[in-house]
Amino acid sequence: MDRMEKLTILADAAKYDVACTSSGVKRGHRAGKVGSAVNYGCCHTFTADGRCVSLLKVLLSNACAYDCAYCVNRRSNDVSRATFTPRELCELTMAFYRRNYIEGLFLSSAVLGTPDRTMELMIQTLRLLRGEYRFNGYIHAKAIPGADPALVHAMGLLADRMSVNIELPSEGSLNRLCPEKGRAPILGNMAQIRDGIAENRRDLALYRHAPRFAPAGQSTQMIVGATPESDLHILRLTQGLYRRYGLKRVFFSAYLPVVSGPNLPAPQTFQPPLLREHRLYQADWLLRFYHFDAEELLDEASPNFDPALDPKSCWALNHPQFFPVEAERADLETLLRVPGVGPTSARRILLARRSGPLDADLLKKLGVVWKRAQYFLVCHGTRPPGLRVKWESLPARLAALEAAGRPGAGEQLSLFDERGA
Amino acid sequence: MDGFCYRYDGTFAGFLCCVRDIYQYKEPPNLFLPLSDPRPSLYDERRVETDLALARRVYRRLTQRLGERGMELVRRGFLTCLDHRERRLCAVIDLGLRTGPGVERRLGDEQVLQVSAAVRHLQRECDHLAGFVRFSDRGGVLVGSIAPKNQVLPLLRPHFCDRLAGERFALYDRVHSQLLLHQPGPENGGRGRWAIVEALDFTVPPPDAQEREYQDLWRRFYDTLAIPDRYNPRCRQSHMPKRFWGDMTEFQPPAPAPGGPALPRQAPPP
Repeated sequence: MDRMEKLTILADAAKYDVACTSSGVKRGHRAGKVGSAVNYGCCHTFTADGRCVSLLKVLLSNACAYDCAYCVNRRSNDVSRATFTPRELCELTMAFYRRNYIEGLFLSSAVLGTPDRTMELMIQTLRLLRGEYRFNGYIHAKAIPGADPALVHAMGLLADRMSVNIELPSEGSLNRLCPEKGRAPILGNMAQIRDGIAENRRDLALYRHAPRFAPAGQSTQMIVGATPESDLHILRLTQGLYRRYGLKRVFFSAYLPVVSGPNLPAPQTFQPPLLREHRLYQADWLLRFYHFDAEELLDEASPNFDPALDPKSCWALNHPQFFPVEAERADLETLLRVPGVGPTSARRILLARRSGPLDADLLKKLGVVWKRAQYFLVCHGTRPPGLRVKWESLPARLAALEAAGRPGAGEQLSLFDERGA
Repeated sequence: MDGFCYRYDGTFAGFLCCVRDIYQYKEPPNLFLPLSDPRPSLYDERRVETDLALARRVYRRLTQRLGERGMELVRRGFLTCLDHRERRLCAVIDLGLRTGPGVERRLGDEQVLQVSAAVRHLQRECDHLAGFVRFSDRGGVLVGSIAPKNQVLPLLRPHFCDRLAGERFALYDRVHSQLLLHQPGPENGGRGRWAIVEALDFTVPPPDAQEREYQDLWRRFYDTLAIPDRYNPRCRQSHMPKRFWGDMTEFQPPAPAPGGPALPRQAPPP
């Protein structure tokens, strides 16, 4: 089997992994080494579905011993199988890297026999890449749940970011769809990486040259829509992962029926829940950058997101007592709660109001999305002249704004009927 | 007519010499033109010779008055494609001289806002290009070509010299006819020597067999990665505007091999 064929099979097998970020670590040129890493990450291209490609994302092997119901690489699925040798993968990485195609390597693998054996092979590849090929760029490595702690530690010393997939939002779903992976080993590995990072931070404070353990932190991902959990459940889990396990990112992946199985939704009628995934990411942003709590966005009475309105607008409409917010005096936390104002524009408002009075025109120039914010924000206690809106009509107005931004909205009418006259 | 037209050589040092003349002779600028531009203007013309020692003095003095951050806004603003950028920068400098350091934070001022928006555009284009530049190997030298709106080479230079410190590479900016050259060596802490030079033309020989193989591998990797069920061209285009596509390997047709037919590509999703 030649390189082209292997790359095709193993990239195809890895493409359902969501994370392809290269952020979180800054490492400049080192003598005799190849490459660097930038703190904010770098996207090298975008796929036809609009996802960032920054790493060479491949599996080391797709010959899996497990039989997880939703997975394209499961044992009982009839697909071509391939395995890279460590040297092949290193050469491909280096050749792509110097042509500026990629930021580094994303190494994951199907379970080859046992988790420990798989991890050993992955570590061997990373050692070769960091050692003989002197690679100084970004490496994201996926730990296999249930692997020995010593192997996880060895991998963390070679990789920048580690991740362990939590796969599904609840233990019941996990037992039903992938019986070979348990919730406990997954969380056990996550806790080990968290403790390793904390310990490494203490070591670095004492010894400047202590080897660094997963300096870009850890992330995880879960499949949404294959199992019956509510958005509230998923969001609470996400918040828990951020707070208790110190994760950098939690990724959501709308379930795609790539294979069929008795415990899965029927593929014929199933539509991938892309909007739901989008709402979860919006809420995830609100948790990380806007200081919202999961319980503020959803509650037991309405455990799922509104398909017509984004979570922030929903929160605003449920809290009329909070508005209007005075742009001249409000603090950062208050400004962040206004729909149409983000972290960047909120900080710019704080800067700009020191040197002069604010008005609607200036707020627009500062990056505030005025068509949204105009209903919630005032300057010097006055609304823009001509804006007369009842609070009751706001949900419809905001929903219309959002609908206008969706694909297919506002397309120009065609002079010619496409179906033929 | 009121105001003056300044003619200078188009470099930042030349611009600083103009700034000095503006204040020395109290002749406010209305227009800046390069020395090579044959068009006459309606204003009184002033020719300014570039004097590096003078420019350095002006730079030091302005840094004291405007602060490091304010001067960074001026320096970066000069690299942008903002129209009448020199005149706007003069307005920013004038405001800075009157109000002191922190001029970059006066977003309420029209000119400061315009220049900082243009600098953001420049910064964004640099961030894009740091990822979208594609090098190809020509006998051990990496070559690449781009067509940016702003003058991005001075800002891309540290990134690529750091990353590809051990490589000989050349990156050509077709719009501004500038060429960034790099060669490994012990200079700059092991990052090697670099230069940005004027180059009116830049052509490279066709790729050899190994280069063609890696380009084909990359194209195949890119085509494989898309998930047809999630096809969303609008999202891709908003993240990666089409003007960059022409220079990116994954959107170029496979280079024809001298001996045999090029590798067929997989069909794109519907």
